[in-house]
Amino acid sequence: MHTIPGVEGFMYPNEVELQWSILIVLYPYITGLVAGAFILASLERVFQVSAVKPTYRLALLTALAFLLVAPLPLQLHLGHPERSFEMYLTPHRSSAMAMFGFVYLWYLMVVLLAEIWLDYRADIVALAQSSKGALRWVYKALTLGSMNVSPAARRVDDRVGYIITVIGIPSAFLLHGYVGFIFGSVKANAWWSTPLMPIVFLFSAMVSGIAAVMLIYDASCRLQKRLVDMRCLDTIARYLFYVFLIDFSLEMLDLIHRIYEADESFRSLDFMVQTRLFTSQVVLQILLGTCLPLALLGLIQLRRFSGTVRRRLYVTAGWLTMIGIFAMRWNVVIGGQLFSKSYLGYTTYKLEFAAREGLLSSIGLMLLPLGILWVLVKLLPPWEERQAM
Amino acid sequence: MDPSRRELLKGAGKFLILGSAAAAAETAAAPTAAPTPGYDPFKHLWGMTIDIDKCIGCGNCVRACERENSVPEGFFRTWVERYGIEGAGQEHPKVISPDGGKNGFPPSADASAKQFFVPKLCNHCLDSPCVQVCPVGATFDSPDGVVLVDSTYCLGCRYCVQACPYGCRYIHPERQTVDKCSLCYHRITQGLTTACCEACPTQARTLADLKNPQDPVHEFLRKNKVQVLKPHMATRSKVFYRELDGAVR
Repeated sequence: MHTIPGVEGFMYPNEVELQWSILIVLYPYITGLVAGAFILASLERVFQVSAVKPTYRLALLTALAFLLVAPLPLQLHLGHPERSFEMYLTPHRSSAMAMFGFVYLWYLMVVLLAEIWLDYRADIVALAQSSKGALRWVYKALTLGSMNVSPAARRVDDRVGYIITVIGIPSAFLLHGYVGFIFGSVKANAWWSTPLMPIVFLFSAMVSGIAAVMLIYDASCRLQKRLVDMRCLDTIARYLFYVFLIDFSLEMLDLIHRIYEADESFRSLDFMVQTRLFTSQVVLQILLGTCLPLALLGLIQLRRFSGTVRRRLYVTAGWLTMIGIFAMRWNVVIGGQLFSKSYLGYTTYKLEFAAREGLLSSIGLMLLPLGILWVLVKLLPPWEERQAM
Repeated sequence: MDPSRRELLKGAGKFLILGSAAAAAETAAAPTAAPTPGYDPFKHLWGMTIDIDKCIGCGNCVRACERENSVPEGFFRTWVERYGIEGAGQEHPKVISPDGGKNGFPPSADASAKQFFVPKLCNHCLDSPCVQVCPVGATFDSPDGVVLVDSTYCLGCRYCVQACPYGCRYIHPERQTVDKCSLCYHRITQGLTTACCEACPTQARTLADLKNPQDPVHEFLRKNKVQVLKPHMATRSKVFYRELDGAVR
């Protein structure tokens, strides 16, 4: 019997190697964090949830830091990254992927940068006047020549910023719903092809973005030895719980639908989930990454705990959530390539360590936004006393 | 400079500047698919007919394709599968394709099973999912119905590989662009047949011109029970199989 290492059953001969690696797992993970962080920020701005105000600016800077890194995994993955600009110059209009650059630029330039600039403008002007040396010139450049911070000018900033946030919410939905569409519209792949995919991606994005900002807020308070605002943390965790419940319900709906319908792909996919994807899907994504954080967050809604205990539980639930959503992206991207389109066999993904598409590059790409965030926070402090300037 | 150091620097350069210069320099020349002067692509619509009953699984077609198109080792523009179905096991066929059937097949241990060979290649669909998803239009439909790839334009994003329901595409390991059956476009536009059809000893595979009223394809389609692969994918495939078993995927 002719066998290929790592292959069980029959794969079409060109299917043995996976086409999309861990870098393509990072792409929806990172864009999800962007969309989720922005939506959390908009809670305060548009929906007047004042309790989350301490995280408003931090959430915007987090979204920006991750957004700047979002295209890198795609670029690194391309066989010819030097040709990627062709997507802007001669986009193929029927291709879902061709729209990425435009959706990305819209979100970066029109929404996020504009909102951050308007919100920070008065601070930037003040910093341009109080700073010394090279930093003074950096802040001067960031004012874009607009030094008017009169109350009337600030009212205009606030009004325009509000409008941009209102535009930004559907834009954030578009950014990540679109990423889900890239997968959900591939009719050749039964694991991906579902109209629920953009919706599931969107809610999981909100879950991961809210959890990320919650963790970053907690960590920044610890690092700076500041008092954490427990009302803020409680509110974020409550929103995380609600959105997570919707996300989990949607994913379970998809699962139940597949099990009940049991179409031609079901037997193959079911076997895959019970074998090759068992650890990442059942253990990491569903049990550890969803059920456990939901139980922790739910418990806090039902029972009274001290602030210290609640904070620990939030951090635990936050990390579990981040792992769970990463596992979800992994299961979608990698899981969707482990089975043959003939439904007769399975292959194996070999994650390399120090390769272009290996583990090391991926860790670097996940740390990079945190480095960018550190610089952004230094440059544009998001803390409240700065806002009071 | 020793090779390992050069490799290292190449890798670092690619990582830092996103591969622009290094990857461009590495690009191997792709075979051209330019039509012959005087050939009018609007007068043809190419496809293929495959007679399952005639295929003997010799692998001549796979070897001929490999030679003609410099197909890299381990990848296939065309391949042959052997199906084995026991009793009513339509939903659980045993399928093998060792080295894409290039060197034929080992004798089967199960004499009681129904067995047959299925040659596969790009289906040159009229509604190709691969053409639809290509972000830059590097994969395109020629006017004469052949799905082609412009390897000087392909980004190597692999979206088309994911979108192809038939597993016909792969990334060329040297060019780092997508590659697939071109229906020997460089040959058929010169009035020749494809390398695989030419090499087939039983005429199981035949090039078909659907726009030519004299082409035997019309009689083939009229007189036989004909099927395409995965008709539920609605890709309007132009590779027509005679006596295709329902178990084939």
